[in-house]
Parts: sequence; structure tokens; C-alpha cells
Amino acid sequence: MGILRKAGPLLGLLLVLSLRIGPTIVYGADAMPKLFVPAPPFADGIFPCSDCHADMEVNLHKRKLTEEHVKISKEFSHAADRQWCFNCHTPKNRDMLHLSDGRLIPFTKVELLCGQCHGTIFRDWKAGVHGKRTGQWNGKKVYRHCTSCHNPHSPKFKKITPMPPPMHPWQITNHRIIKDQIPKNPLGNIQ
Amino acid sequence: MSQFIKNSVACLSPVTKGNKYYYLWVGFLGILICFGAFYYIQQLRYGLIVTNMRDQVSWGLYISNFTFLVGVAAAAVLLVVPAYIYHFKPIHEIVLFGELMAVVAVTMCLMFVSIDMGRLDRAWHILPFIGMMHFPASMLAWDVVVLNGYLAINVIVTFYALYMMAHHKEFSFKPIYPIIILSIPWAIGIHTVTAFLYNGLPSRPFWNASILAPRFIAGALCSGPALMIIVFQIVRKVSDIKITNRALFKIAQLVAYAVGIDMFLEGCEIFKEFYSNSIHLAPMKYVYLGLDGNYNLVPWTWAAIIAIAIAFIIFLQKRTRENILLLNIGCVLIFFGVYIEKGMGCVVPGFIPGTLGEIYQYSPSFTEKAISAGVFAFGALFYTFLLKIAIPIYTGKLRFYKDEDADKVTA
Amino acid sequence: MTTKKNKLTRRNFLKGATAGAAALAIPVGTADASIWEAFFQKHFKEMTAADKVRVIKRLEEEYKEDYDRDIKIATTPAMPGVKFGYGLDLSRCIGCRRCVYACVRENNQSRDPQIQWITVLQFEKGEKGVSNLEEATKYYDPKKVPEDGHFYMPVQCQHCENPPCVRACPTQATWKEPDGIVVIDYNWCIGCRYCMAACPYGARHFNWRKPSIRKEEINPNTHYLGNRPRYRGVVEKCTFCIQRTRAGRYPACVEVCPVGARKFGNLLDPKSEIRYCIENKRVFRLKEDLNTSPKFFYFFAT
Repeated sequence: MGILRKAGPLLGLLLVLSLRIGPTIVYGADAMPKLFVPAPPFADGIFPCSDCHADMEVNLHKRKLTEEHVKISKEFSHAADRQWCFNCHTPKNRDMLHLSDGRLIPFTKVELLCGQCHGTIFRDWKAGVHGKRTGQWNGKKVYRHCTSCHNPHSPKFKKITPMPPPMHPWQITNHRIIKDQIPKNPLGNIQ
Repeated sequence: MSQFIKNSVACLSPVTKGNKYYYLWVGFLGILICFGAFYYIQQLRYGLIVTNMRDQVSWGLYISNFTFLVGVAAAAVLLVVPAYIYHFKPIHEIVLFGELMAVVAVTMCLMFVSIDMGRLDRAWHILPFIGMMHFPASMLAWDVVVLNGYLAINVIVTFYALYMMAHHKEFSFKPIYPIIILSIPWAIGIHTVTAFLYNGLPSRPFWNASILAPRFIAGALCSGPALMIIVFQIVRKVSDIKITNRALFKIAQLVAYAVGIDMFLEGCEIFKEFYSNSIHLAPMKYVYLGLDGNYNLVPWTWAAIIAIAIAFIIFLQKRTRENILLLNIGCVLIFFGVYIEKGMGCVVPGFIPGTLGEIYQYSPSFTEKAISAGVFAFGALFYTFLLKIAIPIYTGKLRFYKDEDADKVTA
Repeated sequence: MTTKKNKLTRRNFLKGATAGAAALAIPVGTADASIWEAFFQKHFKEMTAADKVRVIKRLEEEYKEDYDRDIKIATTPAMPGVKFGYGLDLSRCIGCRRCVYACVRENNQSRDPQIQWITVLQFEKGEKGVSNLEEATKYYDPKKVPEDGHFYMPVQCQHCENPPCVRACPTQATWKEPDGIVVIDYNWCIGCRYCMAACPYGARHFNWRKPSIRKEEINPNTHYLGNRPRYRGVVEKCTFCIQRTRAGRYPACVEVCPVGARKFGNLLDPKSEIRYCIENKRVFRLKEDLNTSPKFFYFFAT
């Protein structure tokens, strides 16, 4: 008994340690992944939201914002006919988001929020199949938050400039190759 | 040993002798060979970039020539069968020259394949035991086996015949008869294997037709003999060798059948592709009609078809094919037609459109043409020299025995 | 038994031939043993561990001389219990070609003459679809992608389970590794290009002349069977970034894809991403009728 009591804290410490150094990542469709890139930063001075909103009166009417957050309001295209700020943001606690059942979640757990509507994508994301893939195929995988890649107010990707097309076969000729005129890779050097 | 060297020198000496036309001919070929060699050195220096082949069309004029020449080589069988199986005398008298042509054609085939290789220095990798020949899986490995085998067979047969002729008053083909018989299926074999080389690639619907091997053989039995008819006429003109018209007409008659079969098979293929009208029709369209404004093979294809059709009409009737002028016109037309059809017309459309649908209209670069011309010139020179050696032995001018002590080899 | 016998024959032959050739042919002044070592270099699969060390050392010296960079050549073998599979989400790909150039950079493809292992095809929506590849183009060049009314399909080596290129090769210079990657020994390839004719996916590329890369753009971390610089006159192709994937990393094209269209994993691991795709998405493989059985799966995610 005495020995056990003495060993108790040690065992507790071991347990804590093993939890910490144990598998940091759980993958599969059901478990939540654990290895994340840092959540995307907010613009300077915008967070915590409560700095400004604490003393403001809450206006629950859906409307176009004309004084602040004009850009967001203007570009807002996330099912804009049905959605607006308070579907995700919380009127009473501006520093948290809320799920449809009222539970509050921090901005860093945004995937729980998005997953409410985008269930199939959420499932794919948890399995490591939706989204940009980095890390190790047989080990730790890096997960990105939904907002790491998507603008939550306008989630569809913008068009981007493509890299140059390949050369036509007749453009590949036996010309003189000068060392410093060898074409550069448009993506630059390897890191 | 010294006797052997002496005899060899005696054999080779006629090569250096001849009239001014002979020297002109040799000189002309020599220039072409040097020309080709010069461009081949360029190719060795820079790589196959000097050709117009690219990833989209990765085989071109070289492999087309190779394919065509396999046919010419295989055509010797058209002389071997009537000569040795049916003992048709007029053909038996010239079969040796057909076999020598096979030797030359196979040599040229091997040259074209070598020229087409990116790394000739590693050619030994394809050898069995020494390298890692991928036999029997790779059809190219098969081709190496059958082509070299065919070369060996024809070298043995012709060397045996010439050696015995030079050393004995009478001799028998009996000791090498099995090899002669073997050469018949083997000749069919080289062209079948070459056809299978293409045929076995499901990625290329144009080639992936089981009619390809028969078409190759039919084409071969047109072009090779057509060439022989012309060459034999030249030979009998410039040497005192006797080649009867009867032999030529017999060959012409066999060619007529072959042309007919060739046209029929081509028609079958055209019907199958155009009537079924699947997405695999594209290369056929490219060859016969042009595909999306790309039609650089179309005039050649139709020229070949018309040439072969005219030749067929000439060869079909005894009256016209036994007219020497018409016969020669027919032979030239056949040679030209089959060269297009079984050369570039067979190889290039396999790549157009490419496996990802891209159309790159390949036409050979000057370097490719120059090198190919060099190889053809080499072949012509090689054949000329072989005839220069063979004809004196054949006509009895060169003998290594005196008549009185001639030893007879009993049959 | 036979292989052992063959090996002996070959070794003896090589010994004899090298000695003979050395005695006869090498001009004394320029006698350089490494030329003959290069000439008689064995097939990768026939090399012993000691052979590999020697060959790698010589190759690294050759590359140092050629490219003025210290290039490391790994010979990492396949991991047991692994068969690589690749997934590509056609609903996501926007045809931006980032993968093409990440691949070029990672795998030391020649910049001039240009070689690219990935071909991105653009299709018009509503056309006959991916079976009729003539409807597609790879030369599209708009200001922005994706273009309205179009979809994109990148094609690279499909790492067939039943690869026609391997069957075609007359010298066994290309083969399928135990982890399913189809590789080439660039020192054994004779450049006959039969594999290029055999490949249904346009995945094989030939070095029509000596490849050239800027010194500073060379990726020095290479694998013997993968991204080490190639030679003139040999064929090359995608290796699923063998130098990365055999070390547990993702291929370069997977990591660079900005829309996450590219998936990769171990087909033998039921919990892998690629297995998830195959089991939960509607996948298809390119030119399935040819029975090449690619390990490259196209799918449409949502």
C-alpha cells in the first residue's frame, strides 16, 4: 500500500509523459487529427474582436456593413442568400465561434463549424484526403485548418496564373546551349 | 592456312577490278557513304536531337527503313521455295543472288537499328548471358535473335555454296539442306516477329491489329522480289552470268499473287477501322484522309496505293508482265509503293495521334535522310562487292582446283 | 541455378574482355580505368553491396565533374509491406501546372532540351470525355486557370501493375520494384525507345541530347533509380519521387499542389489515404481496357 502511495505521483507523471510523447496523430475517418499548422493569423489589431465589440450594441438584422468590415461584407459569397455573420460568429462572445447547437468554439477549431454543413468534406479532411497534403505518408501528416486555405467569407478559390505550357516538339532543337542561358525553373530553386 | 589466305585474296581481287562504270558506281556509293558517315558523326556528337524524332514520335525514318528492309530480306524465301522445294531450274540458278541480297538486307537492318539506338556503346546489354537479354518477354529481344539467326543462315548457305563451287566440280546441297529448309520458316519468322514488335503494343491501336503480320509478309513478297527482278537484269547486263527471262517472269508471277493479297489485306484493315468507326480510327484517318488538318502523309499514302494498283494491273496479265519495259515499271512502282506503305506509312502513324492524343507531324530531318542514304549506299556497295566475288566463282572463272584432279563429293 | 551460371559466365567474360580491351585498345596516355568501369558497369539488380558502393562513388565523382555540385546518390531499397498508390482528384485540379515544375525541380529534369514528366491535359466540359484524348490539349495558356467550361487531367507514369514498358524493354533496364514503382537503370538503358512506343500514357521521355540544368537548380539529394542526373540517349520517367517516398515523404507533386488534388499512400495499408480514396470515392484508371492495371487512381471527390 505504502509503496503504491509513494509510486503514485511517479506513475501519474509517467502517464502524463506517455500521453505527451505517445502518438500525436490519430488518423482515420472518425478520430480528429492532431498535427496542425498554426491557425492563420488575423490582421493586425483585429483580434480580440471584443476590444471593439464589447461596448457595441448588437444588431441582429441581416444587412450590408458600410462602416466596418466593408470588404468582408462586399466579397461575402458563402451561400450569401442564407448566411450572414451570426450564423458563425457569436453575438454575445465575439472572440468565439458557435456551432448550431450553441456550443462555443475558438477560431482554432473552425473545422468543427465548417463540418456542420460540409459533412462529407469534413470526413475526407479527417481522413487526410481533403486538402493540401504534406508531412509523411507513413507517419505524421500536417493538417491545415479550413481557413488556412479557404477564405471563410468567400471560400471558393480564386483563379490563379498557370505556369508556362510545355514546349512544342518542334521548339526542341539542337541549338547551342549556353550555361547561363539555361531556362530557370519558374518555381525557383529547391530549398 | 597460307592456302586459305591465298584463296581469299584471289576471291577478293575481282572487287578491285572493273570497267569505268564500275568505278563510277563504287565512287558514287563511296561518296554517299562518306556523306552519311559525316552526318552520323554529328549524330554521335549531339545525340538523336539532330533527327526530327521527339517524345511524341519516338521512331522515325530509321525504324521505317529497318521494317522495310526486313521485308526485302525475308523475300529471299520466294526464290528458295521454287529453287529447293520444287527444283525449278531457272530460279535455282539465281537463288544464290537472292540469298546474298538477304545477307545484305539483314546487315542494313542491323545498321538501321544500331543507328537508331541512343546508347550504341551499351549494345552488349542486349546479348544473352553477357548482358541481360529480356527473352522471351520482349519482342525486340526476339527480333535480335531471329534477325541474327537469319543472317547466320544465309551466310552459311551462301558461303557453303560458293566454297563448294570454287573447290569441287560437283557438290551437293545435302549437308546444309536442313538449314536451307529452316531458312523458309525463318524468313517468314523474321517478318512475323518484326510485325509482332508493333502488333504487341495495345497502346498503339494502329499497330494492334492481328492482320499486321500477314500484311507485312505480303508486302515483303512484293517489294523484295521486285527489287530482285531489277537487280538481276542489271547483273546479267554487266556480267557474263546467265539469268533467263523465264526466271524473272516466274518471280513476276509470284509477285502478282503477293500484290493481290497485300491489297486485299489492306482493304480488310481499312474496312474494319472505317466501318466500326471507333476512336481508334484516328491514325487511319491521319494516313488516308488527314486528321484535323494534318495530312502530310496523305499524298504519300495515295501515291503508294495508286502505284501498287497500277503495278497489280501490269503484273496480273501474262502479256503485260512479260513485257520487259512494263515489268520494270511495275517493279519500280511496287518498290516505291511498299517502301511508303511498310516504311513510314506503317511506323509513323503508330505515333499519330500520340497516346495522349497529341499530333506531331513528323517528317525526317536532313540528317536522318543523309544517314539513311548512307546506309542504303553501303548496302548497295556491299551487294556489289559480294556479286563481284560470287560471279567469277559462279561462272567458273575462279576455281581452286584443276579439272583433272577434281574430287567429287558423293551425294 | 541458371542465373548463377549466367552470372559466372558474365563475370568471366567481362574480366577477359576488360583485360583484352585494356591491353589492346586504350591509348596509353588517356588510359582511365573509370571509363572501362563505366562501360562494364553491371545491371543495378546484379550489383552486390560492395559493387554499389564502388559504382556510387564513381558516379558521384562523375557528377561532381559534370555539374560542379556534390550530388548524393542513395540506393534505399523498397520498404517491406508497401505498395505505392496515387490518387488524383479531377474535381479539384485547376490545371495550374505547379506539379509539373515542382517535379522538374525535384527530379532534375533537363531544362534544355525541355523534359517534363507530368503532362496536364485540358478538356472541354461536355466533350466526349477522358477516353478521347484527342479532344484534349496540353499547350493551353490562358491568363488565369481554371478556364470556365474546362476541366484538367494531369497524366504521369501510372506505375502499372502490369507495365507494358517493362515487358517491352529488350535489356531489362526497366522493371517494377517490390513497392510497385517502375524504375529505370539509366546506366543500363540502351535507348532503343521501344518502351516509349509501348507506354499507353506518354509517360516515358527520351534524352534527345545531353540534359542541361543550371548548377544552382540541381537537387543534390538523389536516388540511383530516381532523380540523379540522366545521360544523353536514355529514357526517363516519373518514379513517384522514389528518393522522397522511400524515406516516408510525399512526392513533390503532392506537396506542391495548391488545391490538394493529389493523394498518395500505401495500398497495402487499409488506413492509408489512398485506400480511403479507393474505398470511398468513385475511382477510375486511365485506359483501363488495356489491362495495364495502373496504381494511379483518378477520382471525383464530391
